[in-house]
Amino acid sequence: MGLRELLNGVRWGVHPHDDHKRPAADVPLRVMPLPERLCVPLLQHVGAPALPVVAVGERVLRGQLIAAAQGSVSAPVHAPSSGVISAIGEVTAPHPSGLPFAAITIALDGKDEAGDALAPHADPFSLSPAEVSQRIADAGIVGLGGATFPSAPKAQLGLKLAVHTLIINGGECEPYLSSDDSLMRVRADEVIDGVRILMHATGATKALVGIEDNKPEATAAMRRAAEGFAAIEIRPVPARYPMGSDRQLVQVLTGKEVPSGARTASIGVLVNNVSTCAAIHRAVRAGEPLYRRIVTVNGGAVAQPGNVLAPIGVLIEDLLAFVGLKEAPARLVMGGPMMGIALPHAQVPTVKGCGGILALTANEITDVAPSACIRCGSCVKACPMGLLPLELSAHIQAGEYDKAEAKGLDDCLACGCCAYVCPSHVPLVQSFYHAKGEVWKRAQQKKRTEFTKGLAQARTARLEREARERAEAAARRKAERAAQQAAAAASANTAGGASA
Amino acid sequence: MIAPIASVMFLGLVLGLILGYAAKVFHVEGDALVEELIELMPGTNCGQCSFPGCSGAANAIARGEASVDCCPGGGRALAEAIAAKMGVSLGAGGKADSGPKLAQVAEHLCIGCARCFKVCPTDAVIGAAKQIHGVLHGACTGCGSCEKECPTGAIGLEPVPLTLRDWNWTKPALAG
Ligand code: SF4
Ligand code: SF4
Ligand code: SF4
Ligand code: SF4
Repeated sequence: MGLRELLNGVRWGVHPHDDHKRPAADVPLRVMPLPERLCVPLLQHVGAPALPVVAVGERVLRGQLIAAAQGSVSAPVHAPSSGVISAIGEVTAPHPSGLPFAAITIALDGKDEAGDALAPHADPFSLSPAEVSQRIADAGIVGLGGATFPSAPKAQLGLKLAVHTLIINGGECEPYLSSDDSLMRVRADEVIDGVRILMHATGATKALVGIEDNKPEATAAMRRAAEGFAAIEIRPVPARYPMGSDRQLVQVLTGKEVPSGARTASIGVLVNNVSTCAAIHRAVRAGEPLYRRIVTVNGGAVAQPGNVLAPIGVLIEDLLAFVGLKEAPARLVMGGPMMGIALPHAQVPTVKGCGGILALTANEITDVAPSACIRCGSCVKACPMGLLPLELSAHIQAGEYDKAEAKGLDDCLACGCCAYVCPSHVPLVQSFYHAKGEVWKRAQQKKRTEFTKGLAQARTARLEREARERAEAAARRKAERAAQQAAAAASANTAGGASA
Repeated sequence: MIAPIASVMFLGLVLGLILGYAAKVFHVEGDALVEELIELMPGTNCGQCSFPGCSGAANAIARGEASVDCCPGGGRALAEAIAAKMGVSLGAGGKADSGPKLAQVAEHLCIGCARCFKVCPTDAVIGAAKQIHGVLHGACTGCGSCEKECPTGAIGLEPVPLTLRDWNWTKPALAG
């Protein structure tokens, strides 16, 4: 821990020597020309997948709804440009498994004809908070910082829990990425307007915008845009990974800690990303649904790294063709190098939450074989959640998932700080990913077992009841027969008696 | 005379209490494991493990007379959970190693005899006499009881395809 950290009071996380953000961050924003086709996924958010409302062969226009939200936590999907639906089916997901997921493929016609999308509104502050939330929901806006939680239910939750402060996340702490930076530089007014609309939707009276101090241009632009809005404060925060994590940013900006297992709303704050705010501005003021976003394309293999405004659902190969490749990348990553997803290949679409694509060279990735843990404690010092990564990892290796859970596995952000500092290259984060998946799987299995147990008991009860009913019916019949026989015998007797 | 009688009575009382207490402690210990195992079992009493129902299987496993992966319905996940409870390591291979499987009807082969329908312990098979039958995957435990009944081989256990939802990272190997 250096003097710098001691002075600013931040004692967690890591400070990568070179954040690789520049020169890509300083290149002017480019607009990607329309590709031949787009694969727009149905599940680009936390919650239920969207349900297609178009058919193969149908022509769609830019901004047209192509898949509707299903349930309260979901988000609709819109066509990024005009064209004909060529397929509704599976494409490879941006996921390390290489497994498929459902997407709508549009063969673009290049005309980029606009459809009548959502109604624009000149004065969103005359709308009720619920109406604003509805517009956010209709535009398919989700958390663009990467968490992809649908923004409308989040705003509604904030209103219900009476949050007083919005924390606007302009941290963008991952190395290589600068899409939020680029957005704040060129569209600060949109961000600030989106913040004001979101304050109206949530009932918050104050907004703190946290921007890492390695983005002076963005900070200056945001300060200019926020002039005259006393309720919005632009606050530079120390550049330290993972500053962009909700809990860490809340702690630095408000001095309050979010209790373990609780949501930030429990202490009266709601965190939203700057890109999400700009998308809210566009949706509410201009009626523009979320169908494009700024993506940083960076990495040693990229010829012209920088920020690109690209339609959602563009294939990574098309995006890379636009910026050019100097060499074949050794690894493709969606997101940043710390928390990003290694992609199986380049025929994968982007999603709403994708702020960056990295094409890394062999030099940029460390694939060192792990050696044994030397119990140096570096991981403990780096963990922003105050966990003991070495102990968690040991429990997971021993298959003691419940012990790992008891020691805070749930709190782990999978931020990768521990693995980054580990001198033995112990695969800590992969262990935590694995354990989180395993814990989830076991919980699912338990639910299923309870369900099938119930079914089996219901069946046993039914069989018993049926057997009892049969036995009773048989007994009744037997009794009736006996009665009949007795009656017959009696009548025979009387007849006999009479004859006798 | 009174002192010896009293002391013997007292001794008896104390020993009795100790014995009672010990019996209680050990009794709970023994049953607790079986109870915990029963809690893990599918609870369908299908009999595929060749024991009389799930509690029979749990008792046999607790006594070490059955392997931890004897329940086909529970699959690998159950075998791992039981192995963890029993403190044994689960080797590769065995009944449970083939991944989760659920029953499925090949519709062109089904003659609608309804035999599978009658034996399913969780009522996962739907259908009626002379109708093509089907399986509700949410209710099927993959015990395989139906498979044995089918005269045409129409119903059988099929591997469940892996989806994004179920995929998980493998446990990373550490340095020796
Ligand atoms: S940083 Fe690595 S070597 Fe050091 S204690 Fe943590 S796991 Fe062990
Ligand atoms: S244990 Fe989790 S939260 Fe802590 S440093 Fe490692 S990945 Fe980050
Ligand atoms: S095979 Fe499994 S579900 Fe069937 S009786 Fe045995 S333990 Fe129970
Ligand atoms: S036992 Fe076979 S043939 Fe008979 S109903 Fe079931 S699947 Fe169809």
